[in-house]
Amino acid sequence: MKTSDDALRKGLFILLLAVPLVSQASVVDEQLVSYQATGAGPFSAQKGEQLWQQKVVSEKDGRTRSCTTCHGNDLRSTGKHAKTGKTIEPLSPAVNAESLSSAKKIRKWFKRNCKWTWGRECTPQEKGDLLSFIRNQ
Amino acid sequence: MDNSKSKTWSIVLTMGFTLGLVGISGMVLSDDDDDYEGNDRWSQSRLDVAPVDNAFYKEECGSCHFPYQPGLLPARSWQRLMDGLEDHFAENAELEAADVEQLTTYLTENAADTSDYKRSRGISRSLDKNDAPLRISTTRYFKRKHHELPDRMVKDNPDVRSFSNCELCHERAAQGSYDEHQVKVPGYADWDD
Ligand code: HEC
Ligand code: HEC
Ligand code: HEC
Repeated sequence: MKTSDDALRKGLFILLLAVPLVSQASVVDEQLVSYQATGAGPFSAQKGEQLWQQKVVSEKDGRTRSCTTCHGNDLRSTGKHAKTGKTIEPLSPAVNAESLSSAKKIRKWFKRNCKWTWGRECTPQEKGDLLSFIRNQ
Repeated sequence: MDNSKSKTWSIVLTMGFTLGLVGISGMVLSDDDDDYEGNDRWSQSRLDVAPVDNAFYKEECGSCHFPYQPGLLPARSWQRLMDGLEDHFAENAELEAADVEQLTTYLTENAADTSDYKRSRGISRSLDKNDAPLRISTTRYFKRKHHELPDRMVKDNPDVRSFSNCELCHERAAQGSYDEHQVKVPGYADWDD
């Protein structure tokens, strides 16, 4: 009796852990498929990492900007908004179950952050590479 | 017997007197904005602005900074701000049109010029009719309330950086309370007038 209870509890626990992972994975996969539909792919996490580090001098203030400006180098720890100083939750899905769990949120922030960081929108290829990198962190 | 009776009476009298006082000060306060600073003690339990009660707003307008209460700016300011999210204080905060509309409705319906809360009325009154500032921190009301703070406590303070970060000094800002007795400037001892 006791052991089956334990097993049940264990099973439930694993299930609970797995649910957010599954939903994150499917959300990211859907995004990747939508990029492929525009002719992009295959995607590379390595390329994504290079893009993540890529530094661009802003035309607006002459300062260097990159994705790390707010999110930092370690995606498993919290970032800090460059201007306001507000804490940004880690992007790594492994430590933040909410990250990459909504397609709408991913679209919104890609649009804003690419424009702000690089002064232009990201291409579907770049987005695919970046997501492949971020999801593995 | 006699003794307890007179005790009861004195309690009733004291209560009546106190209630009367509260009533009077309430009347005085209800048509002041903040020119009766000396009476502020009476209204400490009252909130300064209506707290944010909209989860979507908190999520969308609280990701880069503290989600400011709609009651801190008049409707015309919110309208102007929401019309220019692509270039939002040198930041890109753009949203889909339907989301912009939903948030604009929430902001304008609860704006300073439609609210009865003390600070909302103070801010609203400190602005000219056609004035639509994009910042709370540049309104005359705000400046008057913060003129005693030197740069070293704000702009040059690495733990604060900007007046826009209300919640860092006003510990109960999220609950809509900005009382000067609940202020603590990070890196400095308790604020004391
Ligand atoms: C000016 C600061 C800033 C910069 C620079 C920046 N971001 Fe962000 N990013 C944010 C903020 C703030 C969020 C929202 C975090 C939240 O809501 O928890 C975010 C969210 C995201 C998300 C969505 C995460 C999720 O929860 O689904 C992605 C993806 C992302 N950023 C990618 C990037 C990439 C790629 C770059 C570089 C091109 C970049 N960011 C540069 C501030 C920034
Ligand atoms: C992408 C990041 C970002 C998002 C999203 C964002 N803001 Fe801002 N906002 C900023 C920055 C940066 C400032 C300037 C802060 C400073 O000067 O220290 C600012 C300033 C403000 C100010 C002025 C504060 C003051 O000094 O009085 C208001 C009001 C404001 N934002 C409202 C909003 C509203 C409403 C929304 C939601 C529609 C929103 N913000 C979403 C980045 C953002
Ligand atoms: C650097 C710290 C700091 C920041 C940031 C800050 N305040 Fe204040 N604020 C104070 C202090 C200190 C006082 C009290 C001033 C005094 O006693 O003269 C005050 C007073 C006020 C008052 C008047 C309270 C009273 O009892 O009279 C209001 C309202 C207020 N702040 C709102 C805001 C809002 C809204 C923001 C953000 C847009 C903000 N403050 C940002 C420090 C700060």
